[in-house]
Amino acid sequence: MSVMRGRGIASANYPTGMNLGGDPTQALVFCQPTGTFSVKLASTDLGQGLKTVIGQIAAEALGVPLESVVVDTGDTDSAPHDMGTFASRATHRAGNAVIMAATEAKKVLLEVAAEEMEAAPEDLEVRDGQVSVKGTPQRTMSVFDIALAAHFKQGRTISGRGIYLKPKSAIDPETGACDPDSTEAHVTTVADVEVDTETGEVTVLRLASAYEVGRQVNPQMVQGQITGGAVMGMAHTLMESVFPYYPALDHHPGNFGEYVIPTAVDLPELHHVVLEYPSSNGPYGVKGVGEMTANSPIPAIVNAIHDAVGVFVTELPVTPEKVLRALRAKEQL
Amino acid sequence: MATQLATHIVTFQLNGRPHAVTVAPLTTLRTALREDLHLHATKAGCGQGGCGSCTVLLDNELVLSCLVPVTLVDGRSVTTLEGIGGPGRLHPLQEAFHDHFAAQCGYCTAGMIMAAKWLLDRNPNPTRAEIQMALAGNLCRCTGYVPIIEAIEDAARRMSKGVKR
Ligand code: FES
Ligand code: FES
Repeated sequence: MSVMRGRGIASANYPTGMNLGGDPTQALVFCQPTGTFSVKLASTDLGQGLKTVIGQIAAEALGVPLESVVVDTGDTDSAPHDMGTFASRATHRAGNAVIMAATEAKKVLLEVAAEEMEAAPEDLEVRDGQVSVKGTPQRTMSVFDIALAAHFKQGRTISGRGIYLKPKSAIDPETGACDPDSTEAHVTTVADVEVDTETGEVTVLRLASAYEVGRQVNPQMVQGQITGGAVMGMAHTLMESVFPYYPALDHHPGNFGEYVIPTAVDLPELHHVVLEYPSSNGPYGVKGVGEMTANSPIPAIVNAIHDAVGVFVTELPVTPEKVLRALRAKEQL
Repeated sequence: MATQLATHIVTFQLNGRPHAVTVAPLTTLRTALREDLHLHATKAGCGQGGCGSCTVLLDNELVLSCLVPVTLVDGRSVTTLEGIGGPGRLHPLQEAFHDHFAAQCGYCTAGMIMAAKWLLDRNPNPTRAEIQMALAGNLCRCTGYVPIIEAIEDAARRMSKGVKR
């Protein structure tokens, strides 16, 4: 009857992009008469921050301030096709599609500007919403004025189309090898736990992780994913079950008193570091971050329980009942 | 049932101003706020008192508005998130939540801020453990709570500076 401490380690490689028909996402970008650019996407913002990072990516690719970009998401009737917002794919897929669309729109923007400014398009650059002749910064024109000229004088649409698709990879019949994903993010988590051998209760004391996420478009949002994911991973390990006696559907939780998730008092000590090794095919080097943050804590905690009391409970969630049954089975060996 | 149930007229102070709603018996305060008064900061989560997303202040005490029949607030005073600040006049808690990125989907946010306001009204300089306890009835699926706790600590610092000035 005692409280035992243990430490466990787990690592994950998290693939971005699936081998399903190339896992495509499309985007449209167009300029309003005000010089504001609209980005149309079917991908959606669930709170992970897609609108913000897509706005940043579009602003960067167009050369306009973030405030000049409106990201319109989530209506599959009116937006171009997207495979869906899941599996940490949206920033990579939609980001690439938006860069392609923004690049096409920017090309038209520079053509319109070239006519207004009597310069060659290849001699022009866009920065902070101003188009200027390279090397002659006093010759400038605002994107707003260029948009007005396009709409009301030249009769042109400053717009662009984008798609990202990695053609489906066939499986080599000899070796079974294929290249199913686009890039991979990485994580290693160390978990420290306490296991009460009398009650079977497990307390996570500390989760410390190192994440390799490619280029971070928005580090504060990456941090948000990491912290939320760590706590969610702990909850998957110890608390959450839709059907605790599956396949019997009795006793399924009907409210938050029965489907238990952590509250603000249940937090372990959390530490993390972020490493950036940009991917070759992500927008500005992006890899998918969100989902893997909830993955690695699970095996790390299960391993830490084994380190503490010598039993592997591999069916989630690791409830006190399962820990006690495993301890009893071990004693009877 | 085709029978038309009697309605009640309930009058109360809402965010400092008198309001009246005409409701069926047992309409919850949450439904009256969201559907009759069109104040949507207060969220409709579980409807069972389990998540805290509907938290508001009733006579400056925390209540779960999904569990309060609106007839019970007759003659009393209700404060929702809209009442403590908004665009252009953010409450220090709202400012700190914004700065600390303490909302992802935002579904818990109004309830979190109301719970935090209740705490800071009584205890302007809370410890981290006191903040955690004050939030124990409010669930957040997204943030892992850490940025919310940090935002409340920061808001407490900002508010105590404001008093000194
Ligand atoms: S909606 Fe009131 S507590 Fe969940
Ligand atoms: S931010 Fe999504 S529930 Fe708290």
